[in-house]
Amino acid sequence: MLQRTIDEALSRGGQFAEVFVEDRATSSAVLDQRRVEELSSGRDRGAGVRVVVGETTGFAHTADLSETGLLAAARAAAAVAREGGGGVREVALEPLRRYPSSAQIEPSDVEKSKKIELLLQADDVARSEGSAITQVQVGLGDSTRRFVVANSEGVFASDHQVRTRFNVSCIATGDTGMQTGYRPVAATRGFELLNPEVIEEAARGAARQAITKLQARPAPSGDLPVVLASGSGGILFHEACGHGLEADAIMKQASVYAGKVGQQVASPLVTLVDDGTVAGEWGYLAIDDEGHPSSRNVLIENGVLTDYMWDYLRARKEGRHVSANGRRQSYQHLPMVRMTNTYLLEGDSDADEIVAQTPYGVYVAQLGGGQVNTATGDFVFGMTAAFLIEDGKITAPLRDCNLIGNGPEILQRVDAVGRDFSMMPGTCGKDGQQVPVGCGQATMRLSAITIGGAAA
Amino acid sequence: MSDLLEQAERLLESAKGNEEIEIYVSSGVETEVRAYQGEIENLSSASSSGIGIRVLTDGVSGAQVGTAWAGSLDEESVRDALREARDNVRFASEDEFVAFARPDGVDPVALSLRDDTVLTTPLDDKIAMAIELERRVRDGDPRIRQVDSANYSDYVAEAAIVSSTGIRASYARSGAYLSVEAIASDGNDDQTGWGLSAGRAPGELDIELAAHDAITRATRMLGAVKPASMKCTAVFDPRTAATLLAIIGGALSGDAVVRGRSFFADRVGEVVASPLFSLIDDPTDPRHFAASSHDGEGLACRRNVLISKGQLQGFVYDTYSARRAGTASTGSALRGGIAGSPSAGCRALQLEPGEEDQATILKGVGFGVYVESIMGVHSGVNPVSGDFSVGVTGLMIRDGQLAEPVRELTVASTLQRMLLDLTHVGNDVEWLPGSAAGQTLAIAGIAVSGS
Repeated sequence: MLQRTIDEALSRGGQFAEVFVEDRATSSAVLDQRRVEELSSGRDRGAGVRVVVGETTGFAHTADLSETGLLAAARAAAAVAREGGGGVREVALEPLRRYPSSAQIEPSDVEKSKKIELLLQADDVARSEGSAITQVQVGLGDSTRRFVVANSEGVFASDHQVRTRFNVSCIATGDTGMQTGYRPVAATRGFELLNPEVIEEAARGAARQAITKLQARPAPSGDLPVVLASGSGGILFHEACGHGLEADAIMKQASVYAGKVGQQVASPLVTLVDDGTVAGEWGYLAIDDEGHPSSRNVLIENGVLTDYMWDYLRARKEGRHVSANGRRQSYQHLPMVRMTNTYLLEGDSDADEIVAQTPYGVYVAQLGGGQVNTATGDFVFGMTAAFLIEDGKITAPLRDCNLIGNGPEILQRVDAVGRDFSMMPGTCGKDGQQVPVGCGQATMRLSAITIGGAAA
Repeated sequence: MSDLLEQAERLLESAKGNEEIEIYVSSGVETEVRAYQGEIENLSSASSSGIGIRVLTDGVSGAQVGTAWAGSLDEESVRDALREARDNVRFASEDEFVAFARPDGVDPVALSLRDDTVLTTPLDDKIAMAIELERRVRDGDPRIRQVDSANYSDYVAEAAIVSSTGIRASYARSGAYLSVEAIASDGNDDQTGWGLSAGRAPGELDIELAAHDAITRATRMLGAVKPASMKCTAVFDPRTAATLLAIIGGALSGDAVVRGRSFFADRVGEVVASPLFSLIDDPTDPRHFAASSHDGEGLACRRNVLISKGQLQGFVYDTYSARRAGTASTGSALRGGIAGSPSAGCRALQLEPGEEDQATILKGVGFGVYVESIMGVHSGVNPVSGDFSVGVTGLMIRDGQLAEPVRELTVASTLQRMLLDLTHVGNDVEWLPGSAAGQTLAIAGIAVSGS
């Protein structure tokens, strides 16, 4: 049936056709102030068909998975082939490559009551941190995404991606008003992710963060040295250069990194990798959404730009190797060039030493997302837990604010990288599509970046 | 449309004696065209439908609710969703405030929000608009070196909500949009600008307006520098002002208030903003792109006054938050599609226009920063604490006029302070897609962080 769909898609002409069939089951539960507010279950099934004719891509999707439905979608996608007369092409699919589930314990095998026990445990732990904690909200969600992708070049592969997330949000109330604390736990794994230790750490972390911030003062404004704690600083690279290294931005000359392969674009301490193969991480993929096995791609090596990230069509056009960065939010979306797990390799500094050698600056313990304009390189990222560094010591907590910089300039200012590597999960949005990604780095320092605080 | 309503009502018949059921069904069609270098880059056409089901049962100390959804309306998917929703109910806590909406006697305002020319306009005409938009931007100014996306998109969507508690509502809407992002270059500096035209049908779109906007915004940013850090007045253009109003609207949600997550909680009757600030949420105003006859629980949308001359008047509520607050729903349930549960929120904010146009406001401000685009709203604004810090591009205001372009700066304050520090409200209301219209706003005492 998939083969007939591809044949139909190519019947009016076209160089490439693909059918992507997806079945996704999700469940979520929210505990708010010790009330289980809602359990929700969802199911979404459908197929997306795309046809490439010259520089034009036609795309259609349908929730009707019968042969009639698929053929109708194929014809709708093929409508871009205006000249018609492509003739009959024989498409022979490879034997199906089937990848196993990323879960040891499938979400569907877990009793709902067991999930609720975990929510309540997190609430207990968070509240035990003190009476300043006035609000606790805990969320648990899982998604099981199975898909098959087949294309006119014979690619035929299926994957079974299970993802689990757990997050704790706390509000602490004091004389200065309310402050928030947040900890996410997320992995491309099954229910085995959520053991009591993981939950306790997340709940305690969120509660302590909110309580600490009650004492926070407005963050400074202007340029200062910034030390980014292990893990969440990876978002810096995601925004400062990751998006700008995606081949769609490169090929449209809409990135400050276009034409710079082989050039020194960062401090020699920067070796940046995008790696879909890190099992269990939030951005892990066995195959990308175009059916190609994930890979580890070095983007920047010792400060020198080595390669961009590619989806299949752009890689084919440029005669490049497939880097397996073609991802889509669902069958209703076209694949685009997207990051997977993007991380900075460790350096050789000691994390404590990095702080000790910073006379005055800001220590960012947690970052909360960011945004970039790839054409200018200007980017922001938010700090949701931060402290002043005074005389080489971490001192007063600071209120939330954004940091702003220009990617190519900031990459040159990485002047220390530690050995305490860790990863953080995040959700990356691009052109309205959300996909799970990982970010990682060891404790590191920027010699200066603009802190967008409200203090004079 | 009556099909959707009938389909939903048939499902209600399966409600068992001890439960209430609410069914939300939606369906839509959409087209999206992206042009690049005179050709179609992407062309997508799609139709989709889905269902969201909530089941409620009464317990000893309140009701419990369970939810399930499916991205298609075939019998098997719907049956599975109903079974899952029923199963999920068992695990929810009993809550005395949980209830489905009941008819409240308020009649919906008749709104004409669906224009079928979205469906009858030939695809070739839509493609031609995207290609023409790209061409006009590319050829509109020699400094435009790239148009990295020029898009036409449209949709027609309809939805029905029925419940065993007597709700029976259906509504439809359409939309058509042109959007474009241009990159301008002067040889050593690149800057971007985007333009937009929105309407309910392709015939309402203005290609020239969108093209001109993108070109102006990109070219006038060329040569932008990072300004020195300072405290000054920030003037927000209508688009960034709309973003600001939408954030403030979030804190006026009854849901945030009853959950203790709004800095406005317990402050009704107090002065929370400058006397220039009068804010309403009015989805019955058809000028608003987000206008709607019904809310996400099937109640009639209505005009709600939130802040009047700086004084906090009240909040917007859905059924749950209203019951928890001891009041009635204001017809303000939002629903994030089939997978979302209703939650109180502002849908169509508008700030009462002031007397001055933008030029007069700039003259009055004299010196400051004119904010033309902001980034990092989701990472730098904390709607609970009110901390506000966003990245900005824009222009300096000198001698009451727009002066040199600036970039790589942040503006920061707290939402609470910004409302009080408002000094000018423009008369230049722009109706924009999203939950707020916007007009020029001037706010004093903003911390600008640069070099």
